[in-house]
Amino acid sequence: MTERPRLAVVGAGPAGVAGALAAAARGVRVILVDAGEQAGGQFYRQPAPALGARRPRLPDHRWRTWERLRDGLDRHRSAGRLIHLTDHHVWCVQRESGEPGTAEGAPAGRGSTAGGFTVHALRGPAQEEGVTVRADAVLLATGGYEQVLPFAGWTLPGVVTAGGAQAMLKGGLVLPGGTAVVAGTGPLLLPVATGLAAAGARVAALVESASPGALLRRAPALAAQPGKLAEGAGYAARLLRHGVRTLTGYTVVAAHGTDRLEAVTVAALDRDGRLRPGGARRIPCDTLAVGHGMLPHTDLAETLGCTLSGTAVRVDAEQRTDVPGVWAAGEATGIGGAALALAEGHIAGRSAAARLHGTAPDPRRWAAAARARTRLREFATALDAVYAPPAGWPDRVPDDVVVCRCEEVTAGQMRAATGSLGAGDLRTVKLLTRAGMGWCQGRVCAPAVAGLTGCPLDPGRRPFARPVPIGVLADLPEADRTDLPEAD
Amino acid sequence: MKPPEPARARPGETCTVTFDGRTLTVLPGRTVAAALWAAGVTAWRSTRGTGRPRGVFCGIGVCFDCLVTVNGRPNQRACLVPVRPGDVIRTQEGTGRDDD
Amino acid sequence: MTKRLTCDVVVVGAGMVGAACALYAARAGLGVRLVDRGPVSGGTTGAGEGNLLVSDKEPGPELRLALSSARLWAELAREHGAAFEYEPKGGLVVAPTPDALAALREFAAGQRGAGVTAVPVDARQLTELEPHLAPGMAGGVHYPQDAQVMPALAAAHLVRASGAALHTGRTVTGVLRTPHGTVYGVRTDRGDIHAPAVVNAAGTWGGEVAALAGVRLPVLPRRGFVLVTEPLPRLVRHKVYAADYVADVASDSAALRGSPVVEGTAAGPVLIGATRERVGFDRSLSLPAVRALAAGAVGLFPFLRRVRALRTYAGFRPYLPDHLPAIGPDPRAPGLFHACGHEGAGIGLAPGTGQLIARALTGEASGPDLAPFRPERFDTEGGDVR
Repeated sequence: MTERPRLAVVGAGPAGVAGALAAAARGVRVILVDAGEQAGGQFYRQPAPALGARRPRLPDHRWRTWERLRDGLDRHRSAGRLIHLTDHHVWCVQRESGEPGTAEGAPAGRGSTAGGFTVHALRGPAQEEGVTVRADAVLLATGGYEQVLPFAGWTLPGVVTAGGAQAMLKGGLVLPGGTAVVAGTGPLLLPVATGLAAAGARVAALVESASPGALLRRAPALAAQPGKLAEGAGYAARLLRHGVRTLTGYTVVAAHGTDRLEAVTVAALDRDGRLRPGGARRIPCDTLAVGHGMLPHTDLAETLGCTLSGTAVRVDAEQRTDVPGVWAAGEATGIGGAALALAEGHIAGRSAAARLHGTAPDPRRWAAAARARTRLREFATALDAVYAPPAGWPDRVPDDVVVCRCEEVTAGQMRAATGSLGAGDLRTVKLLTRAGMGWCQGRVCAPAVAGLTGCPLDPGRRPFARPVPIGVLADLPEADRTDLPEAD
Repeated sequence: MKPPEPARARPGETCTVTFDGRTLTVLPGRTVAAALWAAGVTAWRSTRGTGRPRGVFCGIGVCFDCLVTVNGRPNQRACLVPVRPGDVIRTQEGTGRDDD
Repeated sequence: MTKRLTCDVVVVGAGMVGAACALYAARAGLGVRLVDRGPVSGGTTGAGEGNLLVSDKEPGPELRLALSSARLWAELAREHGAAFEYEPKGGLVVAPTPDALAALREFAAGQRGAGVTAVPVDARQLTELEPHLAPGMAGGVHYPQDAQVMPALAAAHLVRASGAALHTGRTVTGVLRTPHGTVYGVRTDRGDIHAPAVVNAAGTWGGEVAALAGVRLPVLPRRGFVLVTEPLPRLVRHKVYAADYVADVASDSAALRGSPVVEGTAAGPVLIGATRERVGFDRSLSLPAVRALAAGAVGLFPFLRRVRALRTYAGFRPYLPDHLPAIGPDPRAPGLFHACGHEGAGIGLAPGTGQLIARALTGEASGPDLAPFRPERFDTEGGDVR
């Protein structure tokens, strides 16, 4: 076979770009398929060029990292080694059952040989036109999305996810209003609060449910990350400069307003995550940016048959899933941030290149990335322990609160499904209440439903990673192999 | 309350669109959601069950709360779709589709 | 091990058929316990569309059961209909060509003779019944007795209404039999449940439960994919399908058959289902199946082309070689009753099945009612394969 092997990389965030560059540099033809108009993903999200902004709001070292990645993409693209399909929204990746004509994609010692793969995408912002791309192997770098646990009033316009506020600010250079409260738990809240403040919003409070004690107890693990600590200290200093009041050990219990947000009530938590009597206060605001950590996007991996571990895709030391020919990296394999995603993506790209050339990779060649991966995963585990949602949150959600935002299913309906109708898992709660049957397919409400009903949070099965026009399905090519866009 | 414009933007030419018949001056390149936020609009959908107002929630295309009708096409995610000169944007009621 | 439980009858399987058996057995005055290794509606019931169809059945024992079940469904709906989205919306079978129409009308004439209301409609009337149907159809037949429920809700609400003790998350690991072979209960992973009667309502897994009692019941899975659209207003008013669907249902082919039934639902989405394939318990996505459904649906309703599918899922119909369920006592294991193997019609046939089982349990069922559904009919030694 003279033609160079092809690797499809799904997602052009840090993991996908790092993987694409590593593979393209090693003789693999890379097709980078991404939903964005520009590479970068959520973390390196760029303002639309027409907006004329100089650069995204990032600390300087991060900006330099991104410039390197972007220049690498440009270089490989102009050399014909990489195709970047922007505005391509992947809804399914299928393994071809056909003849094992591309056996070189099979990782050694993994049993059966891999066939090729077909990546099914929808093109354009309206996502109406079907496109398929063939490849010998796939790197899933599908990223993650934010988890928000419900409270009274969380469906009011003006209540947005912390990541959503950040995305609107980074990509659209726009703020939802004049006075914001940033709330929830997790390391994302700090940059969101400083970003909003720097952009001109009045940040009335940063409300973090983790207690200062929890942060202290994990101090040794966190202190092993001097870079991260310095970054955190930098954010803290900026908050101080903007006069942002920080309330740790507090949680939002209600958002108020009729047709839009007017205020929030926050309350102090005790050590067990229960409300402290008399600790509530009302803060007027027109924006609430709220988040409780992140969840991995695992739909494509699940449909390919990759084994998941908890809510993340399980990978080995080379970032291989247990489906031959499928690699995964970044938040999809466990939430850990952009630096970890870069390390994982780099390892995945190198491993895939070696395997696609029929050789076993030498892990010593990526020892630095592997060390960074180990360190950053430990840090992520420590962060998880600190920033767990407060234990008592489900008890504070009144029965009349809409929890499934799409199908408008209330907490009370969900409790009744498990209470008297015999549901014992998320799927049955869904069948009996419609929670999770709407447009978002339960991505937003699943953690909340799990918490409210006591059912385990399983990642769910979504063969369509996004809604697909019936016409696109009807017009699927008979044989699952079609057009590959040419690089030159 | 008019939201402040972040400092670093050096926007190019503006254009106009309509939202529920009202003419808005917007920056091309912004998403429909960003354009509406900049105009002080935070809700552009009413739910099909209880008719409650909704707007942006996740901001990255996952939650589908920001569905809106653009140029007669319902169920467009305002947080993903870029605004174009002359767009006719309408608040989406319920399923966004007529009964017949 | 927890304490031993007792009752009059143990129903194995908390799907739609198990729920109906529990309901009618309880109404007959029996103390019922319902056991399932998963949750309520966790198997094929939770993956079905909730078709209550007479239109797709040829005259015979299944159609008789469907007609009696249709009456029972209407009765149940008077009390619970809103809770499980009962809709007597009627079915509409369309024929694209004059030849197909002639065959359909002949089939319908036979059904009328068996008590089905089947009203021939011409092309113009088709458009009145379904304004968004593709133009150019030759005609069709309207079946007002076809109806729909939301099956998972129906099972859950009827279980609750039955008052039966519900044991979910509890796996039956054995069927208890005396040295003489008489069944006296079930063994589960959390203790024994003693009862003089055990009903096997385990659907697609009914063969496994039969095997626990030492008897053979050749239930096999026949996979079906369903497509679910975004929520829509009522653009599809009936259960609409093309005339070749009936041939698909009756087919013995293992290969993919994909003539879809298209219908709106009370909750908004249009359901497009379902394919028929014999591929074992393979749940992985099949794009050929999805493509067949989508193409068939667009052929019937062109507006669907631009409507989005939000999800697709697979279910496994419990299929017996002669396409008829197994209902009634098993003479090979006294005390064991079967109520499974309804293929794609289990929701529709559930109340009739439950009623037959209740009558069999109380000794009221007559031989002729149960004869076509005898569970031992596949035993080759007996030579009594239908």
